[in-house]
Amino acid sequence: MFRASLTSIARAGRVALAAIALLGLAAIAVPDETLAQGTNPTAQAVTEEQLLQALQPGGEIAGRVSIPDQKATGLIKPGGQDWRAFHQGTMFWVTIVALVGMLAIVVAFYAVRGKITIDSGLSGLKILRFNAFERFVHWLTAGSFLVLALTGINLVLGRFVLIPLFGPEAFATVTQLGKYAHNYLAWPFMAGLVFMLLVWIKDNIPDRTDVAWLKAGGGLLKKGVHPEAKKFNAGQKGIFWSVIVGGAALSVTGVLLLFPYLAGGYADWQLVQMIHGVVAAILVAVMVGHIYIGSVGMQGAFDAMGSGEVDYNWAREHHSLWAEEARRKQGAQGGASGGARPSPQPAE
Amino acid sequence: MARMKFLCDADRCIECNACVTACKNEHEVPWGINRRRVVTINDGTPGERSISMACMHCTDAPCAAVCPVDCFYTTADAVVLHSKDLCIGCGYCFYACPFGAPQYPRVGNFGSRGKMDKCTYCAGGPEADVTMAEYEKYGANRLAEGKLPICAEMCSTKALLAGDGEIIAEIYRERVVTRGYGSGAWGWQTAYKETVAI
Repeated sequence: MFRASLTSIARAGRVALAAIALLGLAAIAVPDETLAQGTNPTAQAVTEEQLLQALQPGGEIAGRVSIPDQKATGLIKPGGQDWRAFHQGTMFWVTIVALVGMLAIVVAFYAVRGKITIDSGLSGLKILRFNAFERFVHWLTAGSFLVLALTGINLVLGRFVLIPLFGPEAFATVTQLGKYAHNYLAWPFMAGLVFMLLVWIKDNIPDRTDVAWLKAGGGLLKKGVHPEAKKFNAGQKGIFWSVIVGGAALSVTGVLLLFPYLAGGYADWQLVQMIHGVVAAILVAVMVGHIYIGSVGMQGAFDAMGSGEVDYNWAREHHSLWAEEARRKQGAQGGASGGARPSPQPAE
Repeated sequence: MARMKFLCDADRCIECNACVTACKNEHEVPWGINRRRVVTINDGTPGERSISMACMHCTDAPCAAVCPVDCFYTTADAVVLHSKDLCIGCGYCFYACPFGAPQYPRVGNFGSRGKMDKCTYCAGGPEADVTMAEYEKYGANRLAEGKLPICAEMCSTKALLAGDGEIIAEIYRERVVTRGYGSGAWGWQTAYKETVAI
């Protein structure tokens, strides 16, 4: 029994050996033929060098992947280096210039011009400038913008300024919260922009008074100079349109950053991020100026967005045409006095 | 100390994706995240080549440069690692990375980016070596055990090489000289500002 099985194994082995030998002969014969035909299996092979040289700016070497994630098809994206250079260079300096530069300008302006006071003094007479809804819209946008701006600046400068002060752990925790705040407060900011556009666009169409106002430098530089203005002067119209246009750009790019695959590929994200950063820096600079002139820079200005009621003399000096209009309306409604009353609707 | 690098010999890679699978298994990488992938260039044409790609552990790594919370660090073996405790999932490293290495789990509202995950060169993270805390966040720390990355170790054709840059470059150079062709050390120019001269 045992012997028989051994013989059968031996026989099977011999057959197998013969088969292998035959196959081997065949295998040796095949390459001889291909070599004779001169086929080089690597002649058409891609090389990295060729592909890198053929690459357009913002392009990537990509192919096919067999994993389910079809977004992983990119192999090499040298554009990442350009974004890095932008982020470490341009973005860093634009942010510093926008923030520190504008603060310096404001401080210098305060040192030279001082607080802009009401030339004719307080009249004691109050007129309503912004109703409750207008003030709500302003502070909704302003409050969310402030947090968005600070958390955004933190991403650019925080590593260099705050990590040395507070250490990496505390900084990372705060920055993590900042990221959430930035993602969530974007929505009230965008709502504020829409309301703002609806409420104030009619008062912000540029007209002839703006030309005169701008020629007079807005009366900002000289004491006692007060060019005519309607509800909003040319400077305020500039602020309004920077907020609307800049805010719209930030909203569109911001939403694309939140949902990157809406924007397309990685080169699009980089571009979107660059626009978001630069526009934000410019808007921060504009807002530093706006906050200054609306608070410490000008006597009586804050009341407009604080209580909503401004001193009549302030209105007469800075918004002469609007003040006249407002007083006429209030007069028609039974005389101007402090306290609550139906809000006057200033017209153009 | 060695200067650890990856080198994928595209003329040997057969796109079996075993490196991808081994990596996922070794580190219990979550669903939807791929620390390594195999990309096939010119698929279906006679010149097609497949390259296994992950974080290349760049010299002067762009991810580390742009990180707003400075969560990256380079080990003595020149492996680029990061701290998930510090990472805020902002995505900047993904914008800067030339290899698409950073991956983000989708968490929370809007499916927003969670803490970044990427190839660790099987070297774990800032936690103490070979601890559960390290394993849960970064996966296995094979380097601390004296082993090389699993993807390269189990590559069936030895297309994917991991180890000291000079040694794997020499192995590749010998191969190219012996067989007479080579499509290049993919990613080296971008990652290390040098390539393997043949």
